[in-house]
Amino acid sequence: MEFAELIKTPRADNAVLHRPFHPTVEGTLCLTGHHLIFSSRRQDNEEELWLLHSNIDCIEKRFLGSLGSIVIKCKDLRIIQLDIPGMEECLNIASSIEALSTLDSVTLMYPFFYRPMFEIVEDGWSAFLPEKEFEVLNSVVSCFLSFILSICIYVRRSLRLRVLRLCFLIWDYLFPQVMMRSSQPLTGTNGRRCKEDEKLVNATLRPGKRGYIIDTRSLNAAQQARAKGGGFEQEVYYPQWRRIHRCIERFNILQESLIKLVEACNDQSHNMDRWLSKLEASNWMTYIKEILTAACLAAQCIDREGASVLVHGTEGTDSTLQVTSLAQIILDPDCRTIQGFESLLVREWLQAGHPFQQRCAQSAYSNSKQKLEAPVFLLFLDCVWQILHQFPCSFEFNEHFLVTLFEHAYASQFGTFLGNNENERSKLKLQQKTMSLWSWVNQPKELKNFQNPLFEANSLVIWPSVAPQSLQLWEGVFLRWNRPSRFLDEAEEEMKKIVDYNRFLQDKVNSMRKQIMEKETEDRIDRMDKMDRMDKMDEMDEMDEMDEMQENP
Amino acid sequence: MEHIRTTKVEHVKLLDRFSTSNKSLTGTLYLTATHLLFIDANQRETWILHHHIAAVEKLPLTTSGCPLVIQCKNFRIVHFVVPRERDCHDIYNSLLQLSKTAKYEDLYAFSYNPKQNESEQVKGWQLIDLAEEYKRMGVPNDYWQLSDANRDYKICETYPRELYVPRTASKPIIVGSSKFRSKGRFPVLSYYHKDKKAAICRCSQPLSGFSARCLEDEHMLQAISKANPSNRYMYVMDTRPKLNAMANRAAGKGYENEDNYSNIRFQFVGIENIHVMRSSLQKLLEVSGTKGLSVNDFLSGLENSGWLRHIKAVLDAAVFLVKAVAVESASVLVHCSDGWDRTSQVCSLGALLLDSYYRTIKGFMVLIEKDWISFGHKFSDRCCQLDGDPKEISPVFTQFLESVWNLTEQFPQAFEYNEAFLLQIHEHVHSCQFGNFLGNCQKEREELKLKEKTYSLWPFLLDEQKKYQNPLYKPSFSPNLTLLEPNTVSFNFKFWRNMYHQFDRSMHPRQSVYDLIMDMSEQNKQLEEDIKQLEAKIKQKSGQSDAVLLKERQQSAHPAPVMLKTPPCFKKDQPLIPLNDAVRTIEGSNAADNRYSEFMEELSKAEPAIVSLEYGVARMTC
Repeated sequence: MEFAELIKTPRADNAVLHRPFHPTVEGTLCLTGHHLIFSSRRQDNEEELWLLHSNIDCIEKRFLGSLGSIVIKCKDLRIIQLDIPGMEECLNIASSIEALSTLDSVTLMYPFFYRPMFEIVEDGWSAFLPEKEFEVLNSVVSCFLSFILSICIYVRRSLRLRVLRLCFLIWDYLFPQVMMRSSQPLTGTNGRRCKEDEKLVNATLRPGKRGYIIDTRSLNAAQQARAKGGGFEQEVYYPQWRRIHRCIERFNILQESLIKLVEACNDQSHNMDRWLSKLEASNWMTYIKEILTAACLAAQCIDREGASVLVHGTEGTDSTLQVTSLAQIILDPDCRTIQGFESLLVREWLQAGHPFQQRCAQSAYSNSKQKLEAPVFLLFLDCVWQILHQFPCSFEFNEHFLVTLFEHAYASQFGTFLGNNENERSKLKLQQKTMSLWSWVNQPKELKNFQNPLFEANSLVIWPSVAPQSLQLWEGVFLRWNRPSRFLDEAEEEMKKIVDYNRFLQDKVNSMRKQIMEKETEDRIDRMDKMDRMDKMDEMDEMDEMDEMQENP
Repeated sequence: MEHIRTTKVEHVKLLDRFSTSNKSLTGTLYLTATHLLFIDANQRETWILHHHIAAVEKLPLTTSGCPLVIQCKNFRIVHFVVPRERDCHDIYNSLLQLSKTAKYEDLYAFSYNPKQNESEQVKGWQLIDLAEEYKRMGVPNDYWQLSDANRDYKICETYPRELYVPRTASKPIIVGSSKFRSKGRFPVLSYYHKDKKAAICRCSQPLSGFSARCLEDEHMLQAISKANPSNRYMYVMDTRPKLNAMANRAAGKGYENEDNYSNIRFQFVGIENIHVMRSSLQKLLEVSGTKGLSVNDFLSGLENSGWLRHIKAVLDAAVFLVKAVAVESASVLVHCSDGWDRTSQVCSLGALLLDSYYRTIKGFMVLIEKDWISFGHKFSDRCCQLDGDPKEISPVFTQFLESVWNLTEQFPQAFEYNEAFLLQIHEHVHSCQFGNFLGNCQKEREELKLKEKTYSLWPFLLDEQKKYQNPLYKPSFSPNLTLLEPNTVSFNFKFWRNMYHQFDRSMHPRQSVYDLIMDMSEQNKQLEEDIKQLEAKIKQKSGQSDAVLLKERQQSAHPAPVMLKTPPCFKKDQPLIPLNDAVRTIEGSNAADNRYSEFMEELSKAEPAIVSLEYGVARMTC
């Protein structure tokens, strides 16, 4: 195996592990093909740390005499330090980690080697196949099928105009308003038009109704895109549509924002002014507000105006997905369940071709400048968290679920987030060769950790507030490693206990009442039988009395 | 009342203060002797106490009427549009008169009648007994005693009558020391830590100037130091920034010279003065009240206001104090300039961190009564209860409550009370509805005969205790006298939305975990009761045998209930205490409540026959 070549020193004894808010641990460090393993090897209290190499964002080496230290910065934003005695060993280990954490071949990634220790109840790969989802739709309103088919005729020809894909999201079955996403139209500088595209887009309109196009770029950016052959829908050719521009940032600007934010959160010495100005300078919260606002706008067009909505940016694989998926969370209670959210991610992110591998290759600590990284998915999760925070009872999942998704998008033993689109995924044969994250998450045992104890299905549309005073820093991700969380965790536990106890008591009361009732009916039947047998003479009198009772209740 | 010219105005509009499209409710405005009342078309009532009004402003006339903006001390801001200017003018003038009171006797507390009889009123005032509280702390003891020096407010007018001082501090020392302290506020005991035998003492700045010294004052500090057998040195905390303290020297005041006092460790902690705090809050409110605020403007506004920096400074000072007491077992003397603002903040927060008693509902009342009311925090001046010097107004007490709120966020299980409790106290500090916070010091309160003429707030809060209880509170979390060690890294301090936007519903989370948990734990208690009853019933039922039958038959002059009525438990079974629907339903789940809704309103407005997209584009792009 070629990993062996990369591991120069597989093991170092007497290493010391430093983690913030934990006591330091002495133990042995081992390197394997995919993991960095630290074990305290103490009899009384064995502590082990397993870290995926792919979770390592960057490392730093420091030397003090012959004692070397390696600072490991992870993609999940954690920072740990390992002290390794011996300069050579330390250097070897550092270079091994560096090599193993930057493997460029996807097929060498851990998901291809991971063998699950759990029994697969339901295979996550086949849980959300498009055909299956589609089936549900079709079975609901069959007449809508023909509508879709009629559209499909246009799709082919329309593709000449659009860069990438066109997808329909049927929102309301009875009143067909649809939310669509696409890429930009290729109008170019000379304003090309495509009749098929116009027909296709118009086919989604209800008679007499207008539609809205939400362009996730500023008008300026959209105009500039024409020079590169892209562009936006011309009013003349799409007279029934109103175009709205909402500026959502992309790519390296987002990546820089994340780097700045994490830097600000990691520095404990900042005074208040510096902290606030750093938080402001990162612009992270601004982006959250922008995305949420655009999503709310899209949702509003559908819910309030009853209009169809088309969302697109440039490629239709980043900001477009943030907007369409958040709009669905706002509108559709199903998307707020665990299954529904998973299905939303599969539909709106994986199948829609969000390039996870490119976007999540590096996280906040990487120094290497690459253009394709961007925390688009993390921003989306943050927006979901903001809504969850404002509607804490309307989601079946909890914050931990979102954090877990964030971790797995960046480094995972599962194949779900590998590859950049469906095409790549099928070429990699992920379905055959790797495990799906959903297979693991959807086990009843694991599911318990992701469930929100306060969940009560809420069929309403949930409109979050986007005022700056209502938005909050997602502490569960950004301050997770920077402060002791004991008291908050305990409070969370206590809350769960109260909810569980409440359920227990309710069940008990119910069952006791049932018991009493059964007993009473039993007794009554018995008694009445006996009474009947024992005495038929009094019957007439009793009847009289009963009549009286009825008269004066 | 002679000030009220118009008592009722119809068709008044109440604007949403954050809406850019002038969304409004129409209703009727009533002016009473104590309140301004607005009832909208849905019969929802908005009550505004005259004493809560901080400022009334009449804006220039518009086509829809005359706008009237009212700012309240509890951070409510209402924006009315009165159709006729004359009415608006009348109301404006009346409110100006009514919101400014010249005499204590005109305050609401003197006319407020909660239907309590006299003995209840007296009992209410006796609810908090400070002598009892000092006893709980463990004084008087071998080192500390009650001094009668100030029994007639002769030495210090702004202190309470009962003061605790070291046993070794004789009357001449006290008198001498008080002459050397600003406003005569000499060092006295504020909190005694039984286990560490360390004391938190408070006083005002010494009149040291550039070189003056006072032997009695030096003796006084020595006496405090000696009263702590476990540590030979003591800390003197000057809660002001060093620069301010130095400037005071020119005015013949200043701070302790370490050379003149034996075994003291002197420390500045840098909390700004009341004027800085006042303008800081002003800036904060300006920012948070802006329409269409962007995130960056909000954050930079928050930074520029310095508000959170001040909150952090207060809490940092308290943490310093607590470390000295808990880690070094040292006694600490805290002072600022006059020893009634910053000193109150630091001493009370320090005690709160040290002693879990103050984290209970009753204990918190005692803490406020002790460190704020009795030691003469000038509530009347700071909260502008009477028409007075606007330079005396300052949100010192609000900062204290906000610091406590920050602690409750960090330690969700350590406090018996919840946010609503803090908000309610804040409400009543300004409402002048109860006598507790009236006046500037105990002497003034006695002269006003508040205990006979007004009511105490505390029994009313205790009566509705359920509303203020923290369902997650765990007394075992902090067995007696245990220490809270808050993390004061900047990112732990958050903007207190529920205080500064308490009345702006659209900004709050639509569902509250807290309320839900509160209802659940309440319901749990009820269910436990039910189970007990049901258990008894089942037992009784199974104990019944056929022997009873005969008896029952004889009594069956009323067999009807058996046949006609369903047994009571059957009826009960169906509703099964619906999980408080009010909480579950999502109030304000309504696009119109949110800021982005304005885009839609503009869109629908621009719905002309001819599709002029240019218009739409120009409006819609960002």
